[in-house]
Amino acid sequence: MTSTIDTPRSPYSRSPQRRGVNWEKWGWIYMRASGVVLVVLIFGHLFVNLMVGKGVSALDFAFVAGKLANPFWQTWDLLMLWLALIHGGNGMRTLVNDYATQRLTRGILKSAILAAVVILIVLGTLVVFTFDPCPAGSPADLLPSFCSAN
Amino acid sequence: MAAETLVPEEIASFTVTLIIRRFNPEVDDEPHWEDFDVQLYPTDRVLDALHKIKWEQDGSLSFRRSCAHGICGSDAMRINGRNRLACKTLIKDLDITKPVYVEAIKGLPLEKDLIVDMEPFFESFRAVQPFLVSQQAPKDGKERIQTVAQRERFDDTTKCILCAACTSSCPVFWTDGQYFGPAAIVNAHRFIFDSRDDNAAVRLDILNDKEGVWRCRTTFNCTEACPRGIQVTQAISEVKQAMVRGLK
Repeated sequence: MTSTIDTPRSPYSRSPQRRGVNWEKWGWIYMRASGVVLVVLIFGHLFVNLMVGKGVSALDFAFVAGKLANPFWQTWDLLMLWLALIHGGNGMRTLVNDYATQRLTRGILKSAILAAVVILIVLGTLVVFTFDPCPAGSPADLLPSFCSAN
Repeated sequence: MAAETLVPEEIASFTVTLIIRRFNPEVDDEPHWEDFDVQLYPTDRVLDALHKIKWEQDGSLSFRRSCAHGICGSDAMRINGRNRLACKTLIKDLDITKPVYVEAIKGLPLEKDLIVDMEPFFESFRAVQPFLVSQQAPKDGKERIQTVAQRERFDDTTKCILCAACTSSCPVFWTDGQYFGPAAIVNAHRFIFDSRDDNAAVRLDILNDKEGVWRCRTTFNCTEACPRGIQVTQAISEVKQAMVRGLK
């Protein structure tokens, strides 16, 4: 009797190289570049929101509305949103490539990741650009100070 | 001189328990752990312990070893969870108050006891063209001249003995076994940065692939595992850099 142990290698094999854009290379470069920028963006975000002035207790609707009415913070948040979601999505894609061996499982998981990234980016971008800092009929003490000027 | 002073002092020996992951494809369905007690000296190596077991206790224990002195790279195995050459691991460097666990390297098909099928490993090695490719004949029919600095550039990666300790310690290689693996990239590095070689672009192209260098996560397992002390992760990063910036 002879028994064999399943080979630890997956059933699919290395496919011959395809021409065109090398996504793995650009993905790798993107991860490095976005990682460096994100360190600045995220720690800057945390510092401004949690440390500066009255710190975390200053966080309320007025604070966020004030930030999102400022083109500087709009750009900051937008960059952070896009870079972080694509960075995270690409990282998850790498994990799926590592651990999902079946074609179908890979397809489903990667589509789910792509859908999540796209939906969040679209919603987030929409909020950054269409946010109304002074909703009508709200008590003035909850709104940013510039609302009463109108 | 008194006779008793001529009697050499007896060197202390001690009992070490080795727990070895055994697998006999003709009998077993699954590998299992088996323990052996061996009397050893501090200067003995894990390979000596395996020899003692094979010669004195159980002749069916199977493992590879050729030179037994860290040159041939035959006896890479997982010792206490780390990939090491059995012939370079001294018993005194291990914690012998506890059993020493020995098993085959991971990620390659297990054949028997500590022996794995190395073919997938060598397949990746062959794929990177690990040989000198030169388009010009050497000057005056003599050797190809190289400066000290040019030789130094790839010195580290010439040390590889193809033991597979690095590749079989790589978590990316464990996942599906399709990644070229550190050893293949190290051996590509050896020729990519060799001034006498003309095929660097081809090798970079081979490794600039879905299963090539971009799968490296810089875990440093390979560098830690290398019995020759090659800075494997650094070599992989240098290959990546050559792909992004081009060869200098």
